[in-house]
Amino acid sequence: MYEFEFETPATVAEAVAALAEEEAQALGGGQTLIPTLKQRLAMPSKLVSLAGIAEMKGVSIADGVLTIGGGATHADVAAEACPPLAALAAGIGDPAVRNRGTIGGSLANNDPAADYPAAMLALKSTIVTDRREIAGDDFFQGLFETALDEGEIITGVRCDIPEAAHYQKFDQPASRFALVGVFVAKYADGVRVGVTGASEEGAFRWREAEAALSASFAPDALEGLSLDAGSMMGDLHGSKDYRAHLVAVMTKRAVAAIS
Amino acid sequence: MAKVSMTVNGKAASGDVEGRTLLSSFLREELGLTGTHVGCDTSQCGACVVHVDGKAVKACTMLALEAEGTEVATIEGQAGADGSLNTIQQAFQDHHGLQCGFCTPGMVMSAAALLKDNPQPSEQEVRAYLEGNLCRCTGYHNIVKAIMAASGQDVSGIAAE
Ligand SMILES: Cc1cc2nc3c(=O)[nH]c(=O)nc-3n(C[C@H](O)[C@H](O)[C@H](O)COP(=O)(O)OP(=O)(O)OC[C@H]3O[C@@H](n4cnc5c(N)ncnc54)[C@H](O)[C@@H]3O)c2cc1C
Ligand code: FES
Ligand code: FES
Repeated sequence: MYEFEFETPATVAEAVAALAEEEAQALGGGQTLIPTLKQRLAMPSKLVSLAGIAEMKGVSIADGVLTIGGGATHADVAAEACPPLAALAAGIGDPAVRNRGTIGGSLANNDPAADYPAAMLALKSTIVTDRREIAGDDFFQGLFETALDEGEIITGVRCDIPEAAHYQKFDQPASRFALVGVFVAKYADGVRVGVTGASEEGAFRWREAEAALSASFAPDALEGLSLDAGSMMGDLHGSKDYRAHLVAVMTKRAVAAIS
Repeated sequence: MAKVSMTVNGKAASGDVEGRTLLSSFLREELGLTGTHVGCDTSQCGACVVHVDGKAVKACTMLALEAEGTEVATIEGQAGADGSLNTIQQAFQDHHGLQCGFCTPGMVMSAAALLKDNPQPSEQEVRAYLEGNLCRCTGYHNIVKAIMAASGQDVSGIAAE
């Protein structure tokens, strides 16, 4: 690692001020950033730890809305969120990673195989930052790209709690990330399907499946639907065709788990 | 350099560190607590697991300055003052839960964190909890067995010796 300064602000306002400095970078749980720094793939002059900011902690459920602080760890979400999202969080990495890693860090990083993006697309989410609110649908903008501006902090997320939901993850056992993960959420006004790990463009909503499932919520409704393998990721863990196929299988399993 | 202070195995500890100093380096190089092993240094193997405020974390993936003001527990604090092994350590010895011993500090610290939250885990729960602790020697069976035994459960039906 290159040398950097370290700061621990106590409020969002202080953190935003600290991040205004050139080459300053936010530190969430460090479970992605510290390995990145070790490889000298980033060279911040200062790390601004968000861990001491009380207003970014906590998970609450009220009036059909789930609110999660941007600094809530995966372990916090696993313990306190509604069951489908809690189960997703409980499947991230391993216990030590879950005790440090945060939802804000995961969303800001937008790894194409991360779990939370699939859920945020399915759960009608709003990403709340220090300066604005961004609809989940507008937030993810490709591999490791998001709508966040320089120095902008995710202070929390809000999700509409669905009637029923399920996250089906096909683990990549070495990395523990998703080889493919599909989050299916059923609302009174329709079904939403968020997919991670599959596309070269990052997490996406599978609209054809949403339409079919909104018309008839059963695994059979997906019969005959397929994704274009051309836009899928292909690597030594799974070819493009394999991933396209896996998305359909995971979606069916998620629906079967609910219906 | 910045000053960092924490409690390690019940004793006050402090030192001057750089921003980039890892908790694992601080424990091993500043405090001489070399029981916390660094196997991969890439957040994968879990040999460096310690407890920070009671929670299992990878000491190679946390900065020393992030541990400011916390209570840290390492493998050195597990045995009694007279050197007697604690229940988990004794079970690892009794059930041959280690061979070279490199992964063992992390295994014991993860096991302690698990049993604190879940005093009677199933075999499946033990295996799932050890997802981030790699062992190149034992094949895991005897580690799982040792942890089940440490929780007071009958292990006669579990895995091969
Ligand atoms: C062994 C291992 C296994 C893993 N397995 C999985 C898995 O199965 N699924 C999965 O989804 N992830 C997995 N991860 C990644 C893990 O979930 C990370 O915790 C997460 O990607 C990053 O969160 P963090 O809080 O650690 O962020 P950090 O590492 O601290 O930061 C990551 C990035 O986000 C920025 N950032 C951090 N917090 C904020 C914020 N609040 N607002 C704006 N920007 C911010 C940082 O500047 C940095 O660019 C794994 C990691 C490891 C080490
Ligand atoms: S040394 Fe920390 S996880 Fe391997
Ligand atoms: S006993 Fe050798 S690595 Fe586990």
